[in-house]
Formats: sequence, structure tokens, C-alpha cells
Amino acid sequence: MSLVETNSRCSNQASTFALLRVIMRRDLAVTLRRRSDVINPLLFVVIVVTLFPLAVGPGPDILARIATGVIWVAALLSALLGSERLFRDDYLDGSLEQMTLLPVPLAVLALGKILVHWLLSGLPLVILAPLCALLLKLPFEAWGVLMLTLLLGTPMLSAMTAIGAALTVSLGRGGALLSLLLLPLFIPLLIFAAAAVESTLVGTSALGQVLLLAGLMVLTLTLAPLAVAAAIRVSVN
Amino acid sequence: MSVVIQADQLTSVRAGRTLFAQLSLQLNAGHILHIEGPNGAGKSTLLRIIAGLLRPQEGQVRLFGQPQRDDPELWQRQTLFIGHKPAVKAELTALENLHFQAQLDGAGAIDPWQLLETVGLLGLEDIPAQQLSAGQQRRIALARLWYSPATLWILDEPFTALDTRGIDMLHQRFAEHLERGGALLLTSHQPLTWSGERLQKLRIEPQDEEFVDELS
Repeated sequence: MSLVETNSRCSNQASTFALLRVIMRRDLAVTLRRRSDVINPLLFVVIVVTLFPLAVGPGPDILARIATGVIWVAALLSALLGSERLFRDDYLDGSLEQMTLLPVPLAVLALGKILVHWLLSGLPLVILAPLCALLLKLPFEAWGVLMLTLLLGTPMLSAMTAIGAALTVSLGRGGALLSLLLLPLFIPLLIFAAAAVESTLVGTSALGQVLLLAGLMVLTLTLAPLAVAAAIRVSVN
Repeated sequence: MSVVIQADQLTSVRAGRTLFAQLSLQLNAGHILHIEGPNGAGKSTLLRIIAGLLRPQEGQVRLFGQPQRDDPELWQRQTLFIGHKPAVKAELTALENLHFQAQLDGAGAIDPWQLLETVGLLGLEDIPAQQLSAGQQRRIALARLWYSPATLWILDEPFTALDTRGIDMLHQRFAEHLERGGALLLTSHQPLTWSGERLQKLRIEPQDEEFVDELS
């Protein structure tokens, strides 16, 4: 009744790239089934942004001054919403331990999970940025740089969130701990992103800050999967 | 007769308690090893050590004579571990679960519909797994056995939640696996209907309440 005729020493010959693709497609399918988990953090950002004109007054001078900071802080906080679910379901249903048993480096699979997380949380945020900028009366010439900082910064948010989530996945309620763990790590990101938009507003080049952000992103995406893989191995035990 | 797995002098200490000490076992191709013991004796821990999920405090495990640490990839390609948790995605349907799992196991050419029929879930293909019963979820997880090319199957309580027909089906599949020269390592509180020389038994007795220093 065997579906495949195999000899005794045949084995799972799937390649690393093929497995990475399967893991990413499965993650996408699962997350898209839970649509509220994708939409809620985005709604959160929009609502937080609309609260500020109500709180500090609609004057364009104040709003434009704080716009970058507000958008970025809202983005950081939204990254924490639901971040503990990044590996929680995989841990509870046993998929995480099966992932560690696949014949490919775990870090590659971790990178796949980070990318899927970014596709469904970071990328929509970049697309949403013009709306937020409009609501906060950010001068038009700074929109491009704001979106660029988000494009470079949100992958870092996903990567660092993944490290925190992998570390706290086996703790019953890691949510608050995770926030405390992650927010300080976001500080450099916040500083360079705000500085980039700021320098565009005062009419100087933002190239330096943007390049620094790009460098940080490459560094984070290179090292984070290794850290996530190590954290998963600890958590699965 | 080729030796598939060999464990020497395994000792496992969990949370300051010795689960088992100096445990050795050997499993040849075409044989089945049934690990018995009361709850908490360390059966699952032993299986997880052999699957490579846990490190023993002492001792080592060899697959085809290769120590685990030397070639983890050989290990991952030649063994199939199905633990307590079924690794079935609650949001996905039975069909999608089978489809993704088959691809992860390097058997992407398998027709998931045929697999669905084999494990008796035809007609339930478009229902999310979270709405299926425990036994049906178990069948999704165990469907891997019908295409897995791995030589060594490590199954932790595979019969849990299965009905008698499911159990018979599984026994039949085990027999085919052994015929092909595979080896099977399992824990079960149910008596196996198996008998004869292919079946070996290993009983783990809980150690005395002996606390050991975790650092030692």
C-alpha cells in the first residue's frame, strides 16, 4: 500500500531552498487565514496617528514637527502587538520542533519566517505611511524619505521581534517581558530614522542617515536568523 | 543484519531528577523496539534524545554507526519523529496540511488526495484542522508514515486518540515498513498486537527519588 517505492536507504532529499519556500508559503497561508492579526496592528497605527492632532491641537507647525516621531513610535508599538504569536502557535502545535528536525540550517528557515512577518506587517506599514504623513501634515518633500526609512527599518523590527519572540516562546505569558526586552533595542533605529527625516525637512541631505540605516538592516538580517535559530533550539528543549 | 540505531550508556537528568542512567539499546533493521514504562519514567525524553531534539547528559547515540554530532544532516534525513504534538496547523485544512507536510518531507510528488484517502479523511478535505477531532488530527499527522522515505521511525504514543480501525491500519503500515528494512522505535501504553522475534521490548523503570547536583 506504500505510495512510493523506496529502498531502505532512500531519504528526504529536499533542498534548502525548496524547504524555505514551503515554510514561507505555509506561513503566508496560515497568517492570511487569521486576517485580524494582520489588520489590527495597521489599524492601531492609523488610530494612534489620528489621536495626536486631537491631543496636541491641529496646528500644522506642531504636527509637522512631531510627525516623524509619532509615526515611528506608532510603528514600533504596532510591531509589538501580536509579536508573541510569531512562534507561539508553531511551538504549541509542534511545528517548531519539526522545523528543527528538517535537514536544512534552522537559521535559513528563521530568515524565511522573518521575511513573511515583514511582508504582512512591515510592508503594509510602508504603504500606509503617506496616509499617516498626510494626517500629521508632514511636508510633502519629506514623504519619500519617511517611506524609505520605514522600508529600511521595518525589516529590522521584524528581525528583532523574531529574536525576542523565539526567546520567550516557551514562557507562558511572555508578552510584557517581550516588550520590555525589545523596545530598548529599537532606540538606534528610532534615532537614525528621525534624524533622516529631520535633515530633509531642514533642507540638507539625508544620505548619511539612510546609509547607516541600510547598513544596520543588512547587519540585523544577517545576524538575527542565527540568534533566532539558537533561541528556538533552547526553547524547544 | 544491519544496526540502525545504537545508544550507549545514556543518562538523562531533567529538573534535578535522574530519569534513566546508563541506558543502552540497539535496534536492527526490520525490527521494532517498544519502550515501556510508567508515566514520567522518561520514555518521551529517550525518544527526543534519539531524535536529536535533546542532548543526553552522558552517553551517545549512533545512527548507522555515525555519532549524532558528526553528521546531524544524515540524522535529519534518515529519521522521522512524530511526537505528542501533531504539528498540524489548526488554520489550514486537512488537504493543505498534508500538502505542505509532504513537501517539507521531500515528497512533493505525492498526491495529497490519495494520501487523504489512505488515512480515511476523504470528504473532510476542506474543513480547517481545528474543527476536526483529536483522532482525525492524529491521522493527518500520521499520514507522513505513508510516504516517508526515512529508515528509522520514532513515534511517541502513535495510537493515542485513534479508533480500532486506525490502529489496525497503523499496524499494517508498520509491517510494510519493517518488510522494507526499516526500523521502528515507539512508546505505547496499548499492548501491541505484534509478536514474534521482530518485536523487542525495553522497560524503563523510574529511578529512586535521588536528587543529583545539576552541575555535576
